[in-house]
Amino acid sequence: MARFILNGEMRELDIEPEMPLLWALRDELGMTGTNFGCGIGNCGACTVHVDGNALRSCVTPVSVVEGRDITTIEGLASVAGGANDLSPVQQAWIDYQVPQCGYCQSGMIMAATALLARNPAPTDEEIDAGITNICRCGSYPRVRKAIRALASV
Amino acid sequence: MNKPKLNRRKFLLVSAVAGGGVLIGYAATRPSRHRRANDSLASDNERFVTSWIRLQPDNRITVYVPHSEMGQGIHTALGQMAADELDAAWELVDIEQAPATDLFANDAIVKGFGGELLPPFLMGLVNASALTVARIANLQITGGSSSVRYTGENTIRVAGAAARQMLLQCAADRWGAAVDECTTELSHVHHSASGRSIPYGDLAEAAAELEPPAEPVLKDRSQFTIMGKAISRRDIPPKVDGSAPYGIDAHSEDMLYAALRLAPVFGSKLASVDATEALAQRGVRKVVELEDGYAVVADNYWRAKQALELVRAEFAPTANDGVSSAELAQRFDGALAEDNGSKDFESGDADAALEDAQDVFEASYRVPYLAHAAMEPMNCTVHIQGDRADLWTSTQDALGIKGRVAKVAGLSEDDVTFHHSYLGGGFGRRLPFTWNVIDHATLIAMEFDVPVKTILTREEDMRQDYYRPAVHSNLKAAFDGEGRVTVWHNRFTGPIQVPGAAHIPYAIPNQSIRVVDVDTHVPIASWRSVDHSQQTFFIESFIDEIAHRGRTNPYQLRMELLQDHPRHRNVLQVAAESAGYGSGLPEGRALGIAVQESFGSIAAQVAEVSIGEDGRPIVHKVTCAMDCGWVVNPDTAEAQIESGIIFGLTAALYGAITIEDGRVVQGNFPDYEMLRMTDSPEIVVHLVESGNAPGGLGEPATPPVAAAVANAIYILTGQRVRELPIGDRDFSTSRSLAGRI
Repeated sequence: MARFILNGEMRELDIEPEMPLLWALRDELGMTGTNFGCGIGNCGACTVHVDGNALRSCVTPVSVVEGRDITTIEGLASVAGGANDLSPVQQAWIDYQVPQCGYCQSGMIMAATALLARNPAPTDEEIDAGITNICRCGSYPRVRKAIRALASV
Repeated sequence: MNKPKLNRRKFLLVSAVAGGGVLIGYAATRPSRHRRANDSLASDNERFVTSWIRLQPDNRITVYVPHSEMGQGIHTALGQMAADELDAAWELVDIEQAPATDLFANDAIVKGFGGELLPPFLMGLVNASALTVARIANLQITGGSSSVRYTGENTIRVAGAAARQMLLQCAADRWGAAVDECTTELSHVHHSASGRSIPYGDLAEAAAELEPPAEPVLKDRSQFTIMGKAISRRDIPPKVDGSAPYGIDAHSEDMLYAALRLAPVFGSKLASVDATEALAQRGVRKVVELEDGYAVVADNYWRAKQALELVRAEFAPTANDGVSSAELAQRFDGALAEDNGSKDFESGDADAALEDAQDVFEASYRVPYLAHAAMEPMNCTVHIQGDRADLWTSTQDALGIKGRVAKVAGLSEDDVTFHHSYLGGGFGRRLPFTWNVIDHATLIAMEFDVPVKTILTREEDMRQDYYRPAVHSNLKAAFDGEGRVTVWHNRFTGPIQVPGAAHIPYAIPNQSIRVVDVDTHVPIASWRSVDHSQQTFFIESFIDEIAHRGRTNPYQLRMELLQDHPRHRNVLQVAAESAGYGSGLPEGRALGIAVQESFGSIAAQVAEVSIGEDGRPIVHKVTCAMDCGWVVNPDTAEAQIESGIIFGLTAALYGAITIEDGRVVQGNFPDYEMLRMTDSPEIVVHLVESGNAPGGLGEPATPPVAAAVANAIYILTGQRVRELPIGDRDFSTSRSLAGRI
């Protein structure tokens, strides 16, 4: 049995403790906003927040997040306090037209949100170190622009 | 056999729809430079109908886009083109993916390419010599950087303009006014003399009764109100809140999941399977044996993937089990040494000129196989229900994929329903003829009566791709006694996928460009920019070598040899001036330049590079001047150029798929590394206005960057890069040529 709080709601699943959180979210709960990219914690497409910290869910067994607070892209806006509105990072992603295919962007937004939460004004070097996600479409220049804009608010 | 000559009149089709609206479509193109191709293709037109614009009584307009949205912003761009010709209010325009049915088949791409070049993904669909479409009702392809320049220009705008003329006619009839007294603006028709106006929606029903205009007049650029504007993309909001559906997101409560392992040596067959242990695992329903692989089907993908590792299977030996990249390289070099190949392009007399030359020099270049590595791993969900099926997959050709699944499953195409989604990257991997996952997913699903989602692991995705071909190119050039370049001589390994990619724009009098086809067991297909990615690295590096050999400035030499190519000269000049070419740079940095025409657009790029303390190249900035004609959406155009540069730079620095024991070595991102934030350069884009018709944009920014970086490295180090990738190469022991050139 696995138990965790997902976007503010307690969830219980009858699954193996070693099942990665990604597959519990996608296949058991139908939460498909968090994406599968590499399966080895390298590309970041599966990034979620666990107690506010960015974590790669494809290599995180559900046993590790037992009882903890998990936020996925679907819950980001309401966790940010905006109910149906978007979080500031999501809004910046629209303002700067960041996504292309968009597949990596759930993870990218979760990574950027966590970075800005612990460092509200990151330097370019800190952005480089904090955002290690892969975007095959090459949205990096716009990710950088959007984070810079958020940092200067 | 003489085909009946088709009347050039358009087959504009109008039909009333439920609720009082009207659907307007086009099945032919304007007369254009592709007239010859159209004449032979158009006789097929009567068989099908294309429908693109729907006017509704509530005054909203729906534009049906027959192209896949994979991040290039095509839904928005084609929406802009229709809405502008219609004089629609943008906020009243909805954009929908055209359904995968015959009604929305799109032949614009074949007509567009007809007569010039046919990309590989069209080869099987088109009889190239006769330029007739074998199966046009199956076409819904997104590829070849063609959506705006062909579908948009020749189909969507025409339908929009026709609809506007019909609405004008309806309003004039209703008011008893002359058509030329009426005007259109923001989804209304106005009659200023009487002060009357009416929303389009109120005219929709009447418009359905009208005979459509045969030759609707398109707007002049000065009349554009929506085209040319950096309008926000419609597909972005769902991509920031997790709601955008990708093929891999197909989901139902009763769904099963398949993890697939295919023969590691291409062409091998499954010999034996022991599934005992796998079948004993929680959630595992079945192990499906296929001709060239096997799949574990479970109630959760992770369970399927874990159990896949417990299957003990053997594949039959093949003649290719010992093949390695080193052996393939020898095979390529041997073929180039022994075989003069077949003609790609010849001018003057290269052999005679080589004999007469004062100075001849040569260089051998090579680039490796590359994987597409789209972020969304290949996947396909099929639900077989007796004599019909549902299908979900991210694809660059919805109709073609639907037909393929029907064929594999033994169903009629009409009995397969395709469910659209966004694509988590395409780059050519999701075009027709790269069927492996589609076929397998269908065969697996045929064993069940619930939906089965087959997903490749990243490792399988990388090892079961259809790769960008590895190519070797032996180049030779010669100078005469006055220091003029007289010969360009190229022997490269084929096959040619896009004709013309190895041709040069430079005014060199004697050219001999020949291709030597070499067969390997490695499957190949289109990879963003196709042959241009290899050939532009060769051409733009070697022309740089020629310049240095002749002690001329590489920029100046290009400008001199491009006298007959003003558009090339223009982009070169804009890029060079913007990048500060020829002026002072920070210590330890150099600029490399490259220019290339592909897919109807011309790109010049300048890379600013230094060598890091560890000896590796650092790309600080890439400046790109792009002449892609007039631009529909400048912001998405810039995004495509940024994307193309990073895609090309990723390949130049890190991209290499290698073969050992007949199989692909790389399996995931650490061994097939991607450019990331930390090594992503500053990118400066200039959209150069030339007044020409729109060119493609999905691909043209990819080819030049490798050569631009390599040319800068030469200035920094004196080392000529003739093999990619170079991201991990140590250039620290070399000497700088800066200041001497």
